[in-house]
Amino acid sequence: MEGSLGSAELPPVTEEDHVRGRGATVVIEYGDYECPYCAKADAMLAGLLVTRVFRHFPVVSKHPRARVLACAGEAAALQGRFWEMHDSLFGDQGRLDDPHLWERARVLGLDLERFEADRRSEAVAERVQRDFRAALRAAVVTTPTLFVNGRAHPGLPDEGLLARLAG
Amino acid sequence: MIAPGTPAPDFTLPDQDGNTVSLADLKGQTTVLVFYPLDFSPVCTDQLNVYQEVLADIEARGAKLYGISVDSAYAHKEFAAKGNLTMPLLADFHPKGEVAKKFGVYIEERGIAGRALVMIGPDGVVRWSYVSPSPLEIPGANLIFDALEEPAAA
Repeated sequence: MEGSLGSAELPPVTEEDHVRGRGATVVIEYGDYECPYCAKADAMLAGLLVTRVFRHFPVVSKHPRARVLACAGEAAALQGRFWEMHDSLFGDQGRLDDPHLWERARVLGLDLERFEADRRSEAVAERVQRDFRAALRAAVVTTPTLFVNGRAHPGLPDEGLLARLAG
Repeated sequence: MIAPGTPAPDFTLPDQDGNTVSLADLKGQTTVLVFYPLDFSPVCTDQLNVYQEVLADIEARGAKLYGISVDSAYAHKEFAAKGNLTMPLLADFHPKGEVAKKFGVYIEERGIAGRALVMIGPDGVVRWSYVSPSPLEIPGANLIFDALEEPAAA
């Protein structure tokens, strides 16, 4: 057994997290690269002055490529290009097969051999699984789920939330 | 909603693969019954997909999970195929909602089961139960594990 899956607080943001932006408000986004609503939510947050954290919540039974794509993001992160891969995947969800991933890696200037080895590695799989399990313990049940000030907002951010984040 | 400590009411229902599941078949194992409103509705799909991702973890804790709604076994078969769901889905179809009624989770005016979780111990007695405040709210998988990981009182 890999440890408890019972209720637990959402883990705090640490150095292991993918973080961008410098706003006072921190938005933690649990998403899946094959989920169209996640791409939309991600785009809705893009223009806001907030600190954004992205964590993986791949639901493979719903999106068969979700875990593979999350691992591709982590493999890019090991070469310092997480957000570039993240934007690339959400920017075009019509091309998510392996050859498309190689092409994306090429465009981003990644070392392809290393990318291939990393995205299939145990360490990267565990990194993704850690995000997923922590989210389960914090009662995440759908993507996207945004956490703002410790409160969960499942689904696309509504106007009220967006207005507060913009303010 | 059926309370812990109550013997689970008897039932016999077909699943999506033509198997029949009775309370008697569940004796000796810990059972998690997931009552949900309807196949194919977006919220239900999310719920069962997320539970699907942790089925192995549930089984590793010696339990088995079953979905149950008022849909027919044929609807369940399509729903399971579409969502890559491998857990048995029980058809509480005829008489409609009878088992949901026995467990006290049927919403009469809407003709569907509420979103509820019932854990039945190996002795056939309800060990834990939970009903969502609204059918739109999905109970997190963490609640199932809270109940499963609690040291058994028996």
